[in-house]
Amino acid sequence: MLPAFEVRRPGTLAEALKLLTIMPQATPIAGGTNLLVDIRSGRLTPNFVVDLARIEELCCIHREGNELSIGGAVTLARLLEDPVIRQTAPILAEMARSFANVLIRNRATVGGNLANAAPCADSAAALLVLDADVELASAERTRRVPLSDFFVRPFETVRQSNELLTAVRFSIPSRRTASRFEKVGLRKISCMAKVDIAVAVTIDEVSVCQRARIALGAASPIAIRATDAEATLEGQKPNEAAVDKAASLAAESIAPRTGSEYKRQVVGALARRLLKAALEDATA
Amino acid sequence: MSRKKKIQIALTVNGRNHELCVRPNAVLLHTLRELGYTDVKNGCEIGECGACAVLMNGQAVNSCMVLTIQADGVEIVTNAGLGTTGRPHPIQEAFADAGAVQCGFCTPGMVISAKALLDRNPDPSEEEIRVGLSGNLCRCTGYGQIVSAVHLAAERLRELASRPSSSQDKERQETAPAEGISSHEVCD
Repeated sequence: MLPAFEVRRPGTLAEALKLLTIMPQATPIAGGTNLLVDIRSGRLTPNFVVDLARIEELCCIHREGNELSIGGAVTLARLLEDPVIRQTAPILAEMARSFANVLIRNRATVGGNLANAAPCADSAAALLVLDADVELASAERTRRVPLSDFFVRPFETVRQSNELLTAVRFSIPSRRTASRFEKVGLRKISCMAKVDIAVAVTIDEVSVCQRARIALGAASPIAIRATDAEATLEGQKPNEAAVDKAASLAAESIAPRTGSEYKRQVVGALARRLLKAALEDATA
Repeated sequence: MSRKKKIQIALTVNGRNHELCVRPNAVLLHTLRELGYTDVKNGCEIGECGACAVLMNGQAVNSCMVLTIQADGVEIVTNAGLGTTGRPHPIQEAFADAGAVQCGFCTPGMVISAKALLDRNPDPSEEEIRVGLSGNLCRCTGYGQIVSAVHLAAERLRELASRPSSSQDKERQETAPAEGISSHEVCD
């Protein structure tokens, strides 16, 4: 039995935002895969829960020009299967494949995974290499925050209590971009990340790296980009030495709470492996 | 607790309609068991074990992680909704034939995950079966037999589907006869 709380079930986004203005202490629920565990354990004790399940606006994936928008209540299962995602941002499908398990993926949402802000939230690293923004809406205004500025510390973000994470938006990577995602955990599947790593590289027609992104989840209190490592690759034709340098900078960039030596070695080795693979793909 | 306002909802479970007046904090797992669908098992209540798995509009989910009010207007199918002892679903039959039921506690959830998998992928590889069942734990650790059971079920379902005259049989197999009555409860 869960502790008692009241529920509101708004049918539209506008209604939901109005509710959050009137009751800033209300807790939004989408898939519930984090929230119900936290309520049951006593970590969260909401008086009011706002159910987002009926808000269709939050469940869309749509393309506006070169920008893709993924609604906050889109499930991880949908990311894995959606043809638009697979075509325009395959790294998200790759991430979703390693996310928890089928039963959880059918409920867990992108917005919930980000807004909960667990250090091991798998979607964070993959979205960071896409330079994604999160859209935060309140009854008064809608703002966009780069995902790299969204996380403050574990389980804390810049989202205000009257705001909802309504969407994640990013520019669709060019065709000369290749990306890779890998998750390391205690098992192959249905586990929490020890390390999430995502890389994306864009190579121009003369083999120069125009853009490099390396993001690391579960390796620091919040998901981070290894910007020093990225900078060593950009503006040049990355050779093996540059990849090695980037990989060791990525390993240095993390600040894990526990198991730091292990995680540094994992990040170093995986950054090297994934960068090589992505560079090959982008050049091919 | 009772001062929290109850909410009127309607859902379908194994083809039966239920109109319910539920507490906002009611969890689907408990609601289903209270309605008599005790084939939905309460294992961990933190989404780790899959014993409480049900189909919610065709998708396999952990019912311990769904508020009952979120199932308003939804169609639920539990293991018992797939078949009965007298007329088991081919997946249930395959579990029995392959020796995939040991203590049996994980079986209803395993069958539900297998059903969701085979609905989307009628001919899964071993890897795909293991991934499809990755949300379900078997503490007897009889995974080998469970994987064999899903292979066997897939084979039998494909065979059934390929027989033109079998569509009616199959349909009968897929939906167990609705026993008992639907509930009708109204909030004050």
